[in-house]
Amino acid sequence: MTSAVSFQKVSRHFGSVRAVDMVDLDIVSGEFFAMLGPSGSGKTTCLRLIAGFEQPTSGSISIFGERAEGVPPYRRNVNTVFQDYALFPHLNVLDNVAYGLMVKGVGKPERQKAAEEALSLVRLPGYGARRPGQLSGGQRQRVALARALVNQPKVLLLDEPLGALDLKLRENMQEELKSLQKALGITFVFVTHDQGEALSMADRVAVFNDGKVMQIGTPEDIYQRPKTRFVADFVGSSNVLPPEFVQRYSGQHRWASLRPESIRIGRAAKGDGVAARLVSTNYLGATTRLALDADGLRLHAIVPAGATLPKEGEAVVLTFNREHLHLMDEPA
Amino acid sequence: MTLTATQAKPAPALLPRAGGVRGALSDLFWRRPKLLLLLMLLPPVLWLGIVYVGSLLALLLQSFFSIDEFSGLINRQFTLKTYGDLLQAANLDIILRTVTMAALVTLASAIIAFPIAYYAARYARGRWKALFYLGVMLPLWSSYLVKIYAWKLILAKEGILTWLLAKLHLLWLLDGWLSLPIVGGNSLSVSSTGTFIVFVYVWLPFMILPVQAALERVPGNLVEASSDLGASPGQTFRNVLFPLALPGIVAGSIFTFSLTLGDYIIPQIIGTSRLFIGQAVYSQQGTAGNIPLAAAFTVVPIVIMGFYLWGAKRMGAFDAL
Repeated sequence: MTSAVSFQKVSRHFGSVRAVDMVDLDIVSGEFFAMLGPSGSGKTTCLRLIAGFEQPTSGSISIFGERAEGVPPYRRNVNTVFQDYALFPHLNVLDNVAYGLMVKGVGKPERQKAAEEALSLVRLPGYGARRPGQLSGGQRQRVALARALVNQPKVLLLDEPLGALDLKLRENMQEELKSLQKALGITFVFVTHDQGEALSMADRVAVFNDGKVMQIGTPEDIYQRPKTRFVADFVGSSNVLPPEFVQRYSGQHRWASLRPESIRIGRAAKGDGVAARLVSTNYLGATTRLALDADGLRLHAIVPAGATLPKEGEAVVLTFNREHLHLMDEPA
Repeated sequence: MTLTATQAKPAPALLPRAGGVRGALSDLFWRRPKLLLLLMLLPPVLWLGIVYVGSLLALLLQSFFSIDEFSGLINRQFTLKTYGDLLQAANLDIILRTVTMAALVTLASAIIAFPIAYYAARYARGRWKALFYLGVMLPLWSSYLVKIYAWKLILAKEGILTWLLAKLHLLWLLDGWLSLPIVGGNSLSVSSTGTFIVFVYVWLPFMILPVQAALERVPGNLVEASSDLGASPGQTFRNVLFPLALPGIVAGSIFTFSLTLGDYIIPQIIGTSRLFIGQAVYSQQGTAGNIPLAAAFTVVPIVIMGFYLWGAKRMGAFDAL
């Protein structure tokens, strides 16, 4: 496995703010890699470090084995799809897409042909003569994608590219990006704060918090086996159970996570389990999310739609399979 | 609860109209927003229409009259003779000199203004931005005449510039420049170079501010995107920054170009005795009493500016607006 991008103890400080703090990363060539985290967690700064817009305060970055410190963005074979697309307003769509080839000195007929092909690739053939201002958000997003891909980058960086799209369009684009990445075999590095997006698209996910990488793994790893309370809470809002609670059920004094869909709800009278009270129900369409109060501990459960539910305020008994209780590395 | 306390007396769903003329007017303007717009625009439109366009038309009319060479009286009959007079060698010389000067001043202003505007738009924040505005505007707050006479002293043979160059042992450079034809002279203050320097100084803020405004509207990530796509800083300037700043440069150049075309004070105080259009107008309508020729001279910059704007539009200078 060749490493496309490798971070060794990379830090980027802005004054006293440690935007990126001693990050180690290895992005494998050809993979779809997601950097997930809340805003201000350092994921975008990491992307900008790969693009070359930022230089590390310390540590080293290599791209396909070559040291990248001090190399300006225009000498990196890495392209970015910007969050707000950053299309050139004074150029038409075709010239926008052909821009990278134009500055590299590719002849006009050749670069226009390549740009047309890139536009077909993102399913916008024949849009070349329009201005970016005449396109919808989703179309601009595709143009930005074509403009980056036409350069055949070694790594494609995507900075929250779907953030500004509405739900339906976002779901379509997720599928399209995924299949595009498969077809082209280019390494994609994708920054997002949407855990669903990261889990559904990426081969591997790095979860960021406070400038540090909390966990790197496959979506399943991250989702099923979070290592810290932060990851458990941020990725799919697992229930985080304190050591005292966990000790009663597993015998170990450790923090643990429990997925909301692993909790079953029973009537108060029967069965042994955790006594709780139903605080509120939240209808989500395919499922219903329940907020529960177990002796001061706030828990969430997800049940399929159509299940008969107790009333709000009623006493219930919670049961779960002990195997679903995931013990975390976080010190108690 | 306070909410129920205030609801003790149930509030009406619709409130009664505020009393008096103000209440009636507020409601009227709300229902007919165009009426308010009309009232607001009427005074400036009248001013522009009558005073400004009216005097322009009067001017245009005058330029089609001619002067009787013997009596010095104005002959109010349509003729193109006055425009013919413009084509005399001496008058063409004036026009050519003024247009060349205006073009050079505009070019120099643009070149000097761009880095300053770029710094202000891209890097200056908070206190530095305030300092930038102050630095650019401050000269505009002092009298135009005072500034010009100050420059006359700076550029004079005994002035500070000569002194400074002497200290730097660069006097040979100044003397060499002043010995050249056309741009040279006895000292900077009586040379075309001096006129040029003062024109650039006086009109520079009018170039800096629109360019800065244009650059301010260029999102920073366009520069990053260009660099990301492989463009060197020079290519980014040519392909992204310059085209997007062009409307600002054109707006600024309209000021610098037209102000230089029309000015008659700077070349009178600083520079050679050769006339500029403004001076020609001044002397024709004053001492010479030839109002038609003065009017015809005034039409020249208007026509030139018309062509200039048309050319700028064709170049796409206003596309990014």
